[in-house]
Amino acid sequence: MCLAIPMKLIEADGPFGKVEIEGVKRKVSLQLLPDAEVGDYVLVHAGFAIERINEEEAKKTLQLLTELALAQEAEEQ
Amino acid sequence: MKFVEEFRDKELAAGLVRRIEEALGDRRVSLMEVCGTHTMSIQRYGLKSLLPKNLRLLSGPGCPVCVTPNEQVDLAIAYAMTEGVILATFGDMAKVPGSSTTLLKAKAAGGRMQIVYSTMDAVKLAESNPDKKIVFFGIGFEPTAPTVAASILEAERKGISNYFVVSAAKVVPPPMEALLQGEVQIDGFICPGHVSVVIGSGAYRKIAEVHRVPCVVAGFEPTDVLQAIEMLVRQVRDGRSEVENQYTRVVHEEGNVAARGIMDRVFEPRDAKWRGIGVIPGSGLGIRPGYARFNAEVQLPVVPEKTVENERCICGLVLKGVKEPTDCALFGKECAPENPVGACMVSGEGACAAYYKYR
Repeated sequence: MCLAIPMKLIEADGPFGKVEIEGVKRKVSLQLLPDAEVGDYVLVHAGFAIERINEEEAKKTLQLLTELALAQEAEEQ
Repeated sequence: MKFVEEFRDKELAAGLVRRIEEALGDRRVSLMEVCGTHTMSIQRYGLKSLLPKNLRLLSGPGCPVCVTPNEQVDLAIAYAMTEGVILATFGDMAKVPGSSTTLLKAKAAGGRMQIVYSTMDAVKLAESNPDKKIVFFGIGFEPTAPTVAASILEAERKGISNYFVVSAAKVVPPPMEALLQGEVQIDGFICPGHVSVVIGSGAYRKIAEVHRVPCVVAGFEPTDVLQAIEMLVRQVRDGRSEVENQYTRVVHEEGNVAARGIMDRVFEPRDAKWRGIGVIPGSGLGIRPGYARFNAEVQLPVVPEKTVENERCICGLVLKGVKEPTDCALFGKECAPENPVGACMVSGEGACAAYYKYR
């Protein structure tokens, strides 16, 4: 039930907006994320956008994991 | 970036597994994944088979449908059977067994039940059925509770007088603390990512600092879960107990302030009963007196049937991490997703259902 899906906000009109993923579009409530802007990736839970996804942070996590994996390989060689 | 596939990379996962093995050594460590969506992810990607045998992952009380006690399921059924009422709820609730029946069976027997995807759909149902009373059965944890609160504010804004809510919403940190007083050894918590979106990673500070149990907020893709496990095992190895955040792409220390504001405006803390655990002080959310005109229990009191528990179902013990689903004599035999005996087999994120689907 606490499932939330990353979707792109493609329209915003006051408390409601439209999100899209892989061509599927859905209406979404923006009451819990009033500062969301068109173009943002947001987490959608039960028809509500609950948070904006920070792309920089996502990249940092992946970068860290890549570095850890490489360091591990080097250690093992 | 789609924020999904990138976090399912096999090489990155393999690197994390090696780091977990290294940090763990021959220690025996038990970690609890509090959230049912984590349980589902762990089963779906077979993460347990990748991890060392001396690392145990315990499923916790993190499936809202599963922890809803029989008396509340019976209450929802009583509303569905009340003349002039349509009971609206999320799909997961429909097949949950109450004392003698389910909402779905009650509907077949002439009750009125409507599954909605969003609380806003329940408000619309009230608008389009002015001659009926719509009772929304509002289960859920912190990601869902603000959406229930928002529906009450929306009904107020639109002047809708036939929309009512049974608040069965719960908050997650109190049962985490309660479990630490119990019989199961928990060396660290994999904290629920989407609950934390709302309440913030700071909400677990008491557990880490007072109870001295490490906490890591985690996302739901395989490398998210593995990275959180790696961070927890390192805390255990180093003798630290801190709150760390693996899911930095969406979780902040302070959470979603706007969502919490809406939740706090409509709800106030109240004691709530959890299946298997019992009553936990301050773990539920009740509707504030200022919004009593939307409170179904105040405006439309009903008397549900007498509560009966199925004594052979061990769902309560599974929710505490005391037993695994496969320890249950009914698992996969009398009890399966098509014909669930207990709540943990109903919801996709119930531990029994997740174990069954990916066995």
